[in-house]
Amino acid sequence: MSLGPYAAFIVTSYAAAAAVVAVLIGWIVLDYRSQTQRLRELEERGITRRSGRSATELR
Amino acid sequence: MTLIDLANPTRFLALTARVLPWLAAATVILLAIGLYQSALAPDDYQQGATVKIMFIHVPNAWLSMFVWGVMSIASLGTLVWRHPLADVAAKAAAPIGAAFTFLALLTGSLWGRPMWGTYWEWDARLTSVLILFLMYLGLMALWRAVDDPSRAARAAAVLTLVGAINLPIIKFSVDWWNTLHQPASVMRMGGSALDKSFLIPLLVMAIAFTLLFVTLHLAAMRNEILRRRVRSLQMMQASRIAFSSESGSRGESASNEVGAA
Repeated sequence: MSLGPYAAFIVTSYAAAAAVVAVLIGWIVLDYRSQTQRLRELEERGITRRSGRSATELR
Repeated sequence: MTLIDLANPTRFLALTARVLPWLAAATVILLAIGLYQSALAPDDYQQGATVKIMFIHVPNAWLSMFVWGVMSIASLGTLVWRHPLADVAAKAAAPIGAAFTFLALLTGSLWGRPMWGTYWEWDARLTSVLILFLMYLGLMALWRAVDDPSRAARAAAVLTLVGAINLPIIKFSVDWWNTLHQPASVMRMGGSALDKSFLIPLLVMAIAFTLLFVTLHLAAMRNEILRRRVRSLQMMQASRIAFSSESGSRGESASNEVGAA
């Protein structure tokens, strides 16, 4: 596969797309970990939901 | 499970836990197929190999408008039906839409330099997409500026619906004004103007990026629900502390009064 004289533009486009998508995925994964961690810390201090169910409960 | 069941955040979280791994897998598979087909696509007789930039530019440009459309429907859900997850959906979509719009602008610019001889031109299509990008940033700033999510939701919903006026302007800018940007070549009256060797990879990449959006959006919505649970538990903790310190000081003052008597 030859990208011709404008290879730098093509490669930069794909690299930028990969980088932005990676940042989005990383941000979402880290945010999830951060929120579940904060919920666990609150529950360990005895702060629970009115329903009594765990706030991190997904089922 | 009906749509109304999803109004319950706990049920929504259970659904995302089940669906997200499958969506993520489907996204990875489709992206891999799309990238493979893009790599094998022939050079265009005018654009040469730079046509490959189109396989990521066009899906991102479509999604930049699609995500605002999703946010507009969610805003109606907030203002009209008061659906509990509507503002969660709108808030979670904004940064993802901003990222897709940024990529559409960046890859378009990187395609424009070799093809048009310039990275940027203040023509109607490019300018209206830049305005869309700025509106995404404004919306994200608004969400951050107001502490109470329900108050922020109403203001953001109004701004989103006003901003939706920009969507037909973006779409038809190439028809209404004399622009450097080429007119529609895929979705147009009389069928696509693209050859199958370009159209198929483009559509596969478009579906892959749409699936990527759905996956990221559901995951970001899950995070937003958890963030609101953190907020409500923190408020509960603060009110407990306030109540215990208030009753403590009341008891102290009462014992002082008894002592004085």
